[in-house]
Amino acid sequence: MAIKIMKNFFTRIFFNLFKSKKNIKMGFYGPPNAGKTSLANRICKDFTGEEIGSVSKIPHETRNVQFKEEVEIDYKGKKMTFKMIDTPGIATKIDYEDFLKYKMKKSESKKRAKEATQGVIESIKWLDDMDVVVVVLDSTENPYNQVNITIIGNLAARKIPVLIVANKIDMKKSDIKRIEAAFPEYDIVGLSAKYGTNLEEFYESIFKLAKKI
Amino acid sequence: MKKGVGKLKGFTINFLPFSEIKSLDSTKRIRKVLDIILDNNILILQGRLKPEEETRLIEDTMAMIRHVKNFKGVELAVISGNENDGFFGKMKMGLANAISGSDFGAITIIGPATIVREIKRNPKKIELFLNR
Repeated sequence: MAIKIMKNFFTRIFFNLFKSKKNIKMGFYGPPNAGKTSLANRICKDFTGEEIGSVSKIPHETRNVQFKEEVEIDYKGKKMTFKMIDTPGIATKIDYEDFLKYKMKKSESKKRAKEATQGVIESIKWLDDMDVVVVVLDSTENPYNQVNITIIGNLAARKIPVLIVANKIDMKKSDIKRIEAAFPEYDIVGLSAKYGTNLEEFYESIFKLAKKI
Repeated sequence: MKKGVGKLKGFTINFLPFSEIKSLDSTKRIRKVLDIILDNNILILQGRLKPEEETRLIEDTMAMIRHVKNFKGVELAVISGNENDGFFGKMKMGLANAISGSDFGAITIIGPATIVREIKRNPKKIELFLNR
């Protein structure tokens, strides 16, 4: 009898512990073209076989918040279930003429710009709903961009755990040290979402991050 | 003076002491900042906006791109004087800033994207690149 009670007690504790870590809302934030969707796709494909959204060289490809429910990440025997939320890139300016360089038609460019402005607003509105956030930065770019600082500052103010990903480490111009110097109080994982390089360290860090909730 | 310097005509640089926006609520602060930008001015603000005001500024900027002709957004940078103060220095500053409402050691530069092409910054300097 005593053994049964003890067993039930531990099962309940274990269940509650597991339950509290279920469907953790993980947001992907960052400036346009940093590789948010590429990384979210890589994770979703690894664990569900499906992608979350399309990627493109043209900035603001993601113009709506995209979701993938119940993505169970299974890493080294540990399992956690996430709701993945891929957000449009946050920018302070959007000019339709920038899209013309990619041989888009004027009307198409204007439409894309209009949708992109709405996407930025939507991204910001979603900030409050996240449990953890992965800030994806392009490691070939200057990290002292005010958009990066604003996003991270807002997450800190909301006490949302943050992991910074220095993406595109496969590129020659990549410089993770510059990102580490810019954000010394954060965990930074360098990876290539395109080639799936260093995903192990990313999953390890995500598990650590989820424990902070 | 050489001819050609005149190419930079068409905007002014406005300095806004924090005392001018200190008593305003967030909505009015952002309105004031955006009014200056929409008048084709580059704004140098003493101090900085709160993180939630910065995102609000971005949201309002995006809404205005859709509604104000030829407005393409803003370029924005904040340079803070206390970035290398360490934990206790930041805590001390944090308390002082919490009392006063903003980080007086910081300077915020905001310009319309039609005039300011890019603001490059590193911890110690800000470079403004203008559209010609």
